[in-house]
Amino acid sequence: MKPIVLAKRIIFAAALIPAAVLAYNAYQGDLTANPIEYITHFTGDWAIRFLVITLAITPIRRITRWNPIIQLRRMLGLFAFFYATLHFLTWFVLDWFFDFKQMAEDIAMRPFITLGMATFVMLLALALTSTQRSIRRLGRKWTQLHRLIYVATATGLFHFWLARKTVVPQFQVVLVAAILLLGFRAWWTLRTRTHPRPSTAH
Amino acid sequence: MLIKRSSDIRASEITDKSHYLNRRQFLNAVAMATAATAAGPLSSETLAASNGAAHGKKLANVAKGAFSGSGDKVNSWNDITSYNNFYEFGPYKEDPKAEAWRLKPRPWTITVEGYAEKKGTFGFDEFIQPYALEERVYRMRCVEAWSMVIPWVGIPLKDIIATYKPTSQAKYVEFVTAFNPAQMPGQTTRMLPWPYVEGLRMDEANNPLAILAVGLYEESLPNQDGAPIRLVVPWKYGFKGVKSIAKIRFVDYQPKNTWQVMTPNEYGFYANVNPNVDHPRWSQASERRIGEFFRRKTLPFNGYADQVASLYAGMDPKKLY
Repeated sequence: MKPIVLAKRIIFAAALIPAAVLAYNAYQGDLTANPIEYITHFTGDWAIRFLVITLAITPIRRITRWNPIIQLRRMLGLFAFFYATLHFLTWFVLDWFFDFKQMAEDIAMRPFITLGMATFVMLLALALTSTQRSIRRLGRKWTQLHRLIYVATATGLFHFWLARKTVVPQFQVVLVAAILLLGFRAWWTLRTRTHPRPSTAH
Repeated sequence: MLIKRSSDIRASEITDKSHYLNRRQFLNAVAMATAATAAGPLSSETLAASNGAAHGKKLANVAKGAFSGSGDKVNSWNDITSYNNFYEFGPYKEDPKAEAWRLKPRPWTITVEGYAEKKGTFGFDEFIQPYALEERVYRMRCVEAWSMVIPWVGIPLKDIIATYKPTSQAKYVEFVTAFNPAQMPGQTTRMLPWPYVEGLRMDEANNPLAILAVGLYEESLPNQDGAPIRLVVPWKYGFKGVKSIAKIRFVDYQPKNTWQVMTPNEYGFYANVNPNVDHPRWSQASERRIGEFFRRKTLPFNGYADQVASLYAGMDPKKLY
C-alpha cells in the first residue's frame, strides 16, 4: 500500500473520532446539564478545527515537498463540512426545533448567526463542487471558487468570536493557527513572485 | 411589606422530554444514594465528587418562607453544581466544578466599608450569626438565555444592611469577590478585570427578594456556586449574582460592575431580565430551562414583576438592561 493511501485511511478513521465521542457521550447521558449547548459548541469547535487542518495541507506540501499529501485535502475539507452540517442541524432542529420565523429573524438580525449561516452556505458550495466531475467542468473557475475557503475560515472565526462572552483559549488556538497558515500563503506567493522558480516545478 | 408569590409556571407545564433528559441523572442519583447508604460517608463524598459537587455541611433550622416550595420544578443538585459560570475558575461551564476545590471558604472574612455607622472586618460565622436562614426557591436566568430553578438558603439582604446602618450618603451597595489567584486560577488570566465587582441601588438591595445565599438544598454552598456567601437577585440576569464575596461597600456612586467595564455596549448596571431588550448579539425573548427541550418565553423581571417593577417606575425600560 502506498504511504498516502495508508495515511488517508488512518486520517479518515481519526477524523470520525470526535463524532464517535459525541455519540458515546450522548448514549451515556453525559452531555452536561445543557446538552444542546454542549453539542452546539462541540460540533462548532470541530468544524472550525477541520477547516484550519485543511488549510494546513498546502503549506505542509510546500515545506515537505511530499506532493501526494494533496490527496488528503478534499477529505479533510469534507470533514469540516460534515461537522459544520452537524453544527447547523443542532441549531436548526435541537435549538429552534424548526421554528422558521425565529431562525429567519436571527439570520437577518444577529450578525453572529448571519456569519455562521454564510459560512455554512460557502462550505456547502465547496462540498457540492468537490467532485472530480466539477473540477473538470469548472476548470480555472474551480480554483477561483475554492479560494472561498479563506473567506469561510474568516467568517467562521468571526462567528466563533461573537458567539462567546469573552475570548476563550480554544478560540485563540484556532485564530493563531489560521493566521499562521494564511500568512504562510501570503509569504509564499510573494516569494514565488520575486524569485520565480524553474518551470519544471509546475 | 407583603411578599406576593407569582405562580405563573406550574409543574404540570413541564414536558415529558425534560423527564427523559433527567432520567439518567435521576438514576445516577439513586445509584449514588444507594452506594452511599451501603458504604458510609467517606465513599459517599468520593462518589459525589465524581458527579457534581461533594455534599457540604447540612444546614440546621432553615425556615421555609413565602418563596420556598415554588411551583417550578427544581433543578437537580448535579445541574446546579456542574454547570456554572464562574470565570475565577475558567471560562467554560465545566471549569468551576473541576477547579473550585482550590478555594478555601473557611476561614473567610467579609469587610464592610463606606458610608455606614458600623464597619469592620468580620469572620464568616460572626457575619451570618445574627440571622435566621431562609429557603428561597428562585428562578435564575442567565444572560446567555438559559435558566435554572435553585433552592437557595440565605439571608434577606435588607436584614444584613440594617445591621450596618448605612448613612444617608449611601446610595448604592458595592460587592467585591475575593481576590486570591492562588485559589482562583482564572484570576491569573486577563479574561476579565479582577476582582469581580457588582452593585445594587440601595432600594434594590433592600427589596425583600434580594438575599445573600450561604447554601443550597439545605447544605452549605458548594465552592463552584460561590462559597461561602454570594448575592442572589432573581429578577436580574445571573451575572449580577456576585460570588465568594469578600467586601461590601456602601457608596455614593453607581458601582462599575465587571461585565459593564468589560463590554459597555452589551452589559449595563441594572441587568434586569427583559424579553423585549435583546442582547446586542442574541435574543432575550426566550430561554432554555436546564432539563427541558423546548425553549420557553422569558418573563419581564424573570417573573418577579409584582415584587420589583415598582422600583423602576418612571425609568426607561430600555436603560434597565
